[in-house]
Amino acid sequence: MKIRLLDIAHARSGDKGDTANVGLIALKPEWYPVLEKYVTLDRAREHFRGVITGDVQRYELPNLNALNFLLHGALDGGGTLSLKTDAQGKVFSTAMLRMEIEVPDDEAKAAHLPAAPRAATLMRSSKE
Amino acid sequence: MSKDKNGERIVRVASGQGFWGDWLEAPRRQVEGGDVDYLMLDYLAEVTMSILQKQKERDPKMGYARDFIGAFESVLPAVAKRGVRVIANAGGVNPPACAAAIREVAKKHGVSDAVRIGVVTGDDLLPRLDELIAGGHALAHMETGEPLSTVRDRVLSANAYIGSMPIIEALQQNANVVITGRSTDTALTMAPLRHEFGWASDDWDRLAAGIVAGHTIECGAQCSGGNCLYDWASIPDMANVGYPIVEGHADGSFVIYKHPNTGGRISVPSVTEQLVYEMGDPNSYITPDVIADFTTIHVETAGENRVRLFGIKGRPPTDKLKVSIAYREGFKAVGTLVYSWPQAYDKAQAADRILRERLERLGLKFDHILTEFVGVNATHGPLAGEPHDPPEVQIRIGVRGQDKASVERFTRELAPLVLNGPPSVTGFAGGRPKVEEIVAYWPALIDKTVVQTKVEVLA
Repeated sequence: MKIRLLDIAHARSGDKGDTANVGLIALKPEWYPVLEKYVTLDRAREHFRGVITGDVQRYELPNLNALNFLLHGALDGGGTLSLKTDAQGKVFSTAMLRMEIEVPDDEAKAAHLPAAPRAATLMRSSKE
Repeated sequence: MSKDKNGERIVRVASGQGFWGDWLEAPRRQVEGGDVDYLMLDYLAEVTMSILQKQKERDPKMGYARDFIGAFESVLPAVAKRGVRVIANAGGVNPPACAAAIREVAKKHGVSDAVRIGVVTGDDLLPRLDELIAGGHALAHMETGEPLSTVRDRVLSANAYIGSMPIIEALQQNANVVITGRSTDTALTMAPLRHEFGWASDDWDRLAAGIVAGHTIECGAQCSGGNCLYDWASIPDMANVGYPIVEGHADGSFVIYKHPNTGGRISVPSVTEQLVYEMGDPNSYITPDVIADFTTIHVETAGENRVRLFGIKGRPPTDKLKVSIAYREGFKAVGTLVYSWPQAYDKAQAADRILRERLERLGLKFDHILTEFVGVNATHGPLAGEPHDPPEVQIRIGVRGQDKASVERFTRELAPLVLNGPPSVTGFAGGRPKVEEIVAYWPALIDKTVVQTKVEVLA
């Protein structure tokens, strides 16, 4: 079953040089294990392919029910060099929440995860 | 120092400014909305120091965050009559000049005797830069590893991030206004907690807790409902938002709260969003005083608009200080035009192609050209998917390069598109884009022993 991160997490992002960070926080503590298991480093790399020029790092903060991602080469040089509207990476948070993850039906049901809206699923799959 | 309702000692540090340009009302609201012991004002961002250095070059009495003067005046009664102490990194590259201006304000209001100003200096490495480089301090860029010598002739400012110790010295000498240059944002909050509770310099867990307290409130209302994505539409009375206050306890635990009858919301989600803001490796939040481990923070609800943080662990710091260096790195300009329905996106894309072809034919030299389509992909890029015939699209095109003449010529090429490009175009009333000099950021490390801070209290 496809789950959209927007429906199970909130997030905030910021910058350090040319790197944006995204702190991804489970909306409910019991959903954190789903983030930890399915929002993997590879899944994040795939999601931001073509959006950033560098690699991704991933850290776990189970105490905050959160993951932290560092997106390198995300800000067109960063700070004052950047020509981007989002030179300080403020909205990479919501870009991350567009991600959809595939969770086995029984796990999704057991955790009461909300299914992704059909339209969103269709849009994504038509692109892939 | 005060006591809570159980008779336990508490220290209340209020955040009144999250950056230079933050809400002018906030400092006064923080000292008038209820009892606080300290008011903490953070003015410095990465690029701020270079702006201030340019101002100081033009006028040796400048080079500090001038907003602080008005902020101080707005809280002066609380400082002079009620014992609230103010800590601010408003000194920028000229803390003595900032102190002189504060002194004038106290004098004007006839309370000179009640204001003792502590001035922290020693973070400014610009006058010593050649000596340091000659002495073998490469000040290599933390990301690229390049030595500073490659851009030495273009350096505008260089400041070491300094920790809590000099602020504490000023407080020990009874300063009730402490003005620093490039103190870390978090030290402004940790210092008064450490001073009041007498935490030892190797009490790593408590020092780390003070740093986390500082991180939580250093961006002002960003932990009390501002920029909060979680359930954002239900956050009440944002026009009247309450800025956060740390209620510190001797054991290092603390509560984040706000004054009664203010808007916004302090909740586990709002505080957690701030905790992860600008986070690097959460296991190692490095400061001059201590390395804090953000994976040890416990967060729990402690009443309405009260969140308690506890259990925080720390460990000894490194033997380096981070240095914030600013240098000139060419020029840039960004311009926009708006295309309307029908086929707004197609028209904007056509304008981009035409403009780029003209820039190419003119032989202009840029390091980089970036086009974004606001309303389509400016914030999320390809993740946003294909647009469905939007009512309007803004094209936003920027260039940067070392050749100022090329960047200037670019600013003349945008407006003509209104008459000689695709149709249904508007939104050019702002005129030609401005050419800006780029002042870039160069983070480096330096041995702690090299930096000697100095504290002076003006009676």
